[in-house]
Amino acid sequence: MSVELTGAEITIRCLQEEGVRCIFGYPGGAVLFIYDELFKQDKVRHILVRHEQAAVHAADGYARSSNNVGVALVTSGPGVTNAVTGIATAYMDSIPMVIISGQVPTSAIGLDAFQEVDTVGITRPCVKHNFLVKDITELAQTIKKAFYIASTGRPGPVLVDIPKDVSQQKTKFVYPDKITMRSYNPVTKGHSRQIKRAAELILSAKRPVIYAGGGVILSDAAPQLTELVQMLNFPCTNTLMGLGGYPATDKQSLGMLGMHGTYEANMAMQYCDVLVAVGARFDDRVIGNPKHFSNENRKIIHIDIDPSSISKRVKVDVPIVGDVLDVLKELIKLLKTGKEKPDQAALKEWWKQIELWRERDCLKYDRESKIIKPQMVIEKLFNITKGDAFITSDVGQHQMWAAQFYKFDKPRRWINSGGLGTMGFGMPAAMGVQLANPKGKVACITGEASIQMCIQELSTCKQYKLPLKIINLNNRYMGMVRQWQEFFHGNRYAESYMNALPDFVKLAESYGHVGMKIERPEDVEGALKEAFKMKDQLVFMDFITDQTENVFPMVPGGKGLSEMILV
Amino acid sequence: MRHIISLLMENEAGALSRVAGLFSARGYNIESLSVAPTEDPTLSRMTVVTIGSDEVVEQVTKQLNKLIEVVKIIDLNEGNHIERELMLVKVRAIGSDREEIKRLVEIFRGCIIDVTDKSYTIELTGTSSKLDAFLEAVERSAVLETVRTGASGIGRGEWILKV
Repeated sequence: MSVELTGAEITIRCLQEEGVRCIFGYPGGAVLFIYDELFKQDKVRHILVRHEQAAVHAADGYARSSNNVGVALVTSGPGVTNAVTGIATAYMDSIPMVIISGQVPTSAIGLDAFQEVDTVGITRPCVKHNFLVKDITELAQTIKKAFYIASTGRPGPVLVDIPKDVSQQKTKFVYPDKITMRSYNPVTKGHSRQIKRAAELILSAKRPVIYAGGGVILSDAAPQLTELVQMLNFPCTNTLMGLGGYPATDKQSLGMLGMHGTYEANMAMQYCDVLVAVGARFDDRVIGNPKHFSNENRKIIHIDIDPSSISKRVKVDVPIVGDVLDVLKELIKLLKTGKEKPDQAALKEWWKQIELWRERDCLKYDRESKIIKPQMVIEKLFNITKGDAFITSDVGQHQMWAAQFYKFDKPRRWINSGGLGTMGFGMPAAMGVQLANPKGKVACITGEASIQMCIQELSTCKQYKLPLKIINLNNRYMGMVRQWQEFFHGNRYAESYMNALPDFVKLAESYGHVGMKIERPEDVEGALKEAFKMKDQLVFMDFITDQTENVFPMVPGGKGLSEMILV
Repeated sequence: MRHIISLLMENEAGALSRVAGLFSARGYNIESLSVAPTEDPTLSRMTVVTIGSDEVVEQVTKQLNKLIEVVKIIDLNEGNHIERELMLVKVRAIGSDREEIKRLVEIFRGCIIDVTDKSYTIELTGTSSKLDAFLEAVERSAVLETVRTGASGIGRGEWILKV
């Protein structure tokens, strides 16, 4: 007969069974029993953050950089409400994550108890699924389900809310090997007839584009995407979430597309005749105005694991529901065995056109500037790290410059909040990345506004000796807000200027880190080199950059992809 | 266009709020929604009547299908189906109106299920539009109270929604 375990013990045992090695959290009343069990074991490492939002972002960064399910543990009430931003961030970017939250005892639920919130209600719209475990005998199975749901199909965060009394009660512990749910059976294999139709359409293309998104990264299909693009000699553009899915330094890469995408990527997207969308969802930041996009005639193949992503914003001709990895493998097999090849003469013409667009050199900036240009910092960072660092970012101009100027050749190296656009994401996410990749070089590209949204995590970095390199592109403005105000609001910079900034060097030092302030372009490279030499230290680099710099190209909101504002 | 969507879902606490939340979060219309357990007590059957273009209704069904607790879903408008709604309506019935209303109830194949010297309570089933028609036929000021269940739907013949 097996011994009975408490709910808290079961929770930890489940994490161990799932192979979880690292979780992020913050203790509180409702999770005390669970923390007590954490204390008694050493298989699951707990990282104590300084704010629950950071716990979830860190678990998120951990998941994105390693393809493990990220795990966060928070207490009831404010613990959960603080975590919501992190959960919504992960939900928008389809990141596999399990959040365990404490809840007031079942007898107190609904009585406005201390630190009680309706966690399941509050998180419902921003999780893939959530559970309130009222019965201890269902706990192990529920956690198993949570991991299963989070990591299969279109991934996403799953929350398990555990009332305090449930974590205290006892039952026999059996961890199920497998779980089947009649209501949840995600498709993986694409429909073979649809894949055949896609292959035919691909072979008939005269002006093709492959448009690849975050789905490629999530399903670990970068090698297959690369093989497909290269065997066809097609141009490939990646979304913000898809960077690294195809090597950015390769000549067939058009770079990122969308609101701040390259001229060549956006023009090719607009004027192609066959578009192969792979794990991407035609969102508003990618295709701009869908009506304008539909003005041009093109056939669209759309590969996505989520049927609801297909024909949501744009009508699709060949929908293929399935895991990107499976579908690409099938597609490659089919194209390889067939005798037909794409029309080389047409492709040659198409590439000629693309090269003309490329010559527009849409990412040019003033390299002679006496003030530090943010783009230059990122280019230097790319050179010094040989493109091999893990880069996290916050949200705003610096995020777009990072996406444009750091050429990601590998997947899971670019970690940013694409969907929700959460300022404050960068540093906590970098903590998770560093913990998942202890030997990796991890840099967080941020701005003075974003970094202050989770600045308290400098303390966590000290506690766990996380040698992050913080690249603070400090222009004293909420840069992207300022840019929109300049373009669309008559230069009225309403509340986008930050007065009374801290001395970031001293701030970093007060947390026990190294701080640097860099004010001259000629010092940028040296500072970066010096920082990366300090392998065991977090280095906070405060780059004083040009206040007036804007991100180009730009497709203004509501405009079509070819209606870019260029430098 | 008006669509009747039928769902089989796990009979669990919170499942209904997921459906309702989805409609409000994504701005879909709900004309009516009715739900109750089936012969299998672990399953609930829900009927949602929604109005939208074909594209919107396609998204509605796809999004509903994504909910983890939804086991199966059909859009009844894709085939032949039967629709019924139950209405209880209390009307003022005095003097000569009493006979008039009784006749009306017969025409609509309803029945009077409660009587006082001043009122009738009428039970009526049918398509939602039939119930609308009855309410139009009765003098507006005579209607004291109405309660409707929202439509339930089922496919005709061999068309079955089952796990």
